[in-house]
Amino acid sequence: MPGLEDLYREIILDHYRNPRNRGELPAPPAVRVEGFNPLCGDEVVVYLDVTDDGTVNDIRISGQGCSISQSSASMMSSAVKGKSADEVRALIRTFKAMMSIHEQRLDGSEEEEPIQPDGDVKLGDLEALQGVVKFPVRIKCATLSWNTLAQGLDEAAAEAPAG
Amino acid sequence: MAITVPLDVARIKKDFPILERTTHDHRLVYLDSANSSQKPRAVLEAMEHFIEHSYANIHRAVYEIAEEATAAYEGAREAMRRFLNAPSSREVIFTKNATEGINLVAYSWARHNLGEGDAILLTEMEHHANLVPWLVLREEKGVELRFLPITDDGQLDLADLDRLIDGVSLVGVAGISNVLGTINPVRMLADKAHEAGALILVDGAQYTPHMPTDVQALGCDFYAWTGHKMLGPSGIGGLWAREDLLDAMPAFLTGGEMIRDVRLDGWTPNELPWKFEAGTPPIVEAVGLGAAVEYLEGLGMDAVREHDVELTGYALRTLTERHGEKITIHGPSEPAARGGVISFVYENVHPHDLSQVLDQSGVCVRAGHHCAKPLMRRLQVGATARASVYVYNDEADVDALNEALDEADRLFAI
Repeated sequence: MPGLEDLYREIILDHYRNPRNRGELPAPPAVRVEGFNPLCGDEVVVYLDVTDDGTVNDIRISGQGCSISQSSASMMSSAVKGKSADEVRALIRTFKAMMSIHEQRLDGSEEEEPIQPDGDVKLGDLEALQGVVKFPVRIKCATLSWNTLAQGLDEAAAEAPAG
Repeated sequence: MAITVPLDVARIKKDFPILERTTHDHRLVYLDSANSSQKPRAVLEAMEHFIEHSYANIHRAVYEIAEEATAAYEGAREAMRRFLNAPSSREVIFTKNATEGINLVAYSWARHNLGEGDAILLTEMEHHANLVPWLVLREEKGVELRFLPITDDGQLDLADLDRLIDGVSLVGVAGISNVLGTINPVRMLADKAHEAGALILVDGAQYTPHMPTDVQALGCDFYAWTGHKMLGPSGIGGLWAREDLLDAMPAFLTGGEMIRDVRLDGWTPNELPWKFEAGTPPIVEAVGLGAAVEYLEGLGMDAVREHDVELTGYALRTLTERHGEKITIHGPSEPAARGGVISFVYENVHPHDLSQVLDQSGVCVRAGHHCAKPLMRRLQVGATARASVYVYNDEADVDALNEALDEADRLFAI
């Protein structure tokens, strides 16, 4: 039986108590995306300032939720700032692979091969969230902000000038 | 007047097999009965015995075991009629749960009687089950929805009742709030509704497991309830309604069982209550529910209520004494004004984290919005933790909760 120390690592509690990049950005020009966990009522709002070439220039997080959702969002914000859209997408894939989430095809069937973490992508502090996998109900808490970020990147790309 | 015999909780605990197990190396301290209650051996044995000896479909076949099955199913209906003190078993409709009972009213009665210009009065503390069917009706039919607000003590704010109830066709209210534990003044609201020419629907999901229920004394017109919160199995609940209303209402779900005759050019509905029970119903679950009713009758609902008040009072007192300003308890401060539900927020610990830490000590409480998001917004919280007690809980269970809260406090201390 997994113990609480697997879940509540010190670095997670630190990000929960002292969340990084907390706040808002004026939107527009920033993209503002909301994510909800209908199960528990947690909500996260991601503000993304993406340059025309797709670099995440700045990010802010607001909303409310448990230590897992809030620390995951905080660590995510530190990890993606200054990265290109491709790097951020690779990070999202790697993080979700760590959370044992297999991307679904549009028709609902799962890919035959679970997505593999990109060997070049370093998760760093985010690896502290690996223990969440042992508590399946909490995986959605950890991935809430990441799904919201992915949606924000899509919206930013859709709004970017053509070419 | 019968003398109330206090519950012998030590003996009652032995009737619930699940309470013998451990979780995370601790005894199971189950404080989530408002979510779903545990089941006594009597319910399990009744269902097992029925399957082993008398199982068949009901109201169809003429062989002996089918007759027995029909008698068992209809016996459960009679038990439920008695438990609700309904005038007639024709008025007791079995559904899947309270949600389906309320939807029956919304789809059958409301859709055929209400439209633009009509209004329904609900309250800010309703469960989604008594909100969403009416939000859908508003979208489809243009019905106006009004809401009774709540006071800071978690009671219905009745200051504006006369104005709000004027001209409505239906009042919908929870007998007991699943979040605040508030016992609402159903009889007074029923009288006011009838004075205003309206009907009243009571969501009894939290009320019937905990209070002596008398639909006639409550003065209501529709009463929805569910089995799984009152020691019965999941998958069965129901709607009680006045016979004249049910007679005039069109069928809701349609198919087998609920018809008298079917021709290729039309159909006629069955008589009550089967008119509203399409398809093969939850037969085994009904038998289990009947056994749950008998178990509760054996304890005595007055005794169940007294136990709730005492244990809730003990919990409110010890939680406040032990955790002081760190804990915020929502709902009425007076134990006599509430059912066995205590929603709270703990300083610096999100309800989800709290529930997770409590689980390590074997203590099961619910965390989240409790299917009452508008109420959460009113309370200005995203979520709460909720401990709820029932017949198998005692002071030792509340003590275990208090100790586990200390543990959570230590873990999340800044």
